[in-house]
Amino acid sequence: MNIEDIKVCVLRIEGTNCEQESFQAFKRLGAQPEIVHLKQFLGQDVTDDEKRSLADYHILMIPGGFSSGDYVRAGAIWAARMKAGLKDDLKAFVNEGKAVLGICNGFQVLVELGLLPGFDEIMADVPQAVLTTNDSSRFECRPTLLKHENKGNCMFTSKIPEGDVLMCPSAHAEGKLIFPSAEVDIAYKKLAEKDMLVFSYVDPDGSYAGYPWNPNGSEKNVAGICNPRGNVFGMMPHPERVMDREMHPDWTRAFPTGLGDGMAIFESVLDEISKRF
Amino acid sequence: MFEAEVRVELKKGVADPEGKNTKKALDLLGFDKVTEVKTSKFFTITLDASSEAEAKAMMDDMCVKLLANPVIHIPLINIKEV
Repeated sequence: MNIEDIKVCVLRIEGTNCEQESFQAFKRLGAQPEIVHLKQFLGQDVTDDEKRSLADYHILMIPGGFSSGDYVRAGAIWAARMKAGLKDDLKAFVNEGKAVLGICNGFQVLVELGLLPGFDEIMADVPQAVLTTNDSSRFECRPTLLKHENKGNCMFTSKIPEGDVLMCPSAHAEGKLIFPSAEVDIAYKKLAEKDMLVFSYVDPDGSYAGYPWNPNGSEKNVAGICNPRGNVFGMMPHPERVMDREMHPDWTRAFPTGLGDGMAIFESVLDEISKRF
Repeated sequence: MFEAEVRVELKKGVADPEGKNTKKALDLLGFDKVTEVKTSKFFTITLDASSEAEAKAMMDDMCVKLLANPVIHIPLINIKEV
């Protein structure tokens, strides 16, 4: 399949942000993105012309923000609304090997939906993890450095060499990834065995250094994970905010030419989808 | 009609940065006898259920599907007829 034929759904509801940046990221790489409101999938309060079907897209992207005011828990209401009206469509989408990306609030939605980590099934009935309040109890907003840990399973990072460090800005208050206390060791073992760990927070030397380099206190500095199949991926930092070199705080020194670090994630998934479909 | 009160508490051992930060602020305000602050979320939900048992079953389901995340939360449910 040609990249020009890849249809991308950038999903939004009330409180979504960065949907324009995400749309532009896919568009400038030649794909066909469309910003779709969840109601267009659910057929609520929309005309027939506005109705959409998830099956018509190859990539589903859930952007950041504070969906539904982050009431109850970050991402919980968006996840509940998707589960209520799109559960079977979502399962089929993932089962077909199509790609699902969740950034920031989108990562929280994927975890609340049970699509991540998805250790034993495509979509768990109850969440197997949670992204909860940062250890600092504050909204942490600054550039963060991410070490690419994946060995080839994640279709969103296939163009990034293992060990490379990317700069992507973080902006969240609930980014601390927690697994059930009785199963923490098993969870991290599975993440390693199934090549599900994608990004870890590091310091400028590439070392795991904890706070403030890890903005939220996630155990083992985890910033992003994928499912065992590699086609559902969530990360807290925002790659769509660093598509151009000028968006890096040190661009005049470190990026005299070239593009921003976030570009590789969007390039990777488009490349993988074009090869597989 | 029934009224359900749900308190969603953090499980023992789960960090509570909000509680910790609140305690710090209370300490600064001079409340030096505060030894611990724990935070929880409280919902009051009115239900048109036919019995308390039905109301309880509905509340259990709501907690699993939305109000609590079993990884870190314990929901405490109290139901009364109104």
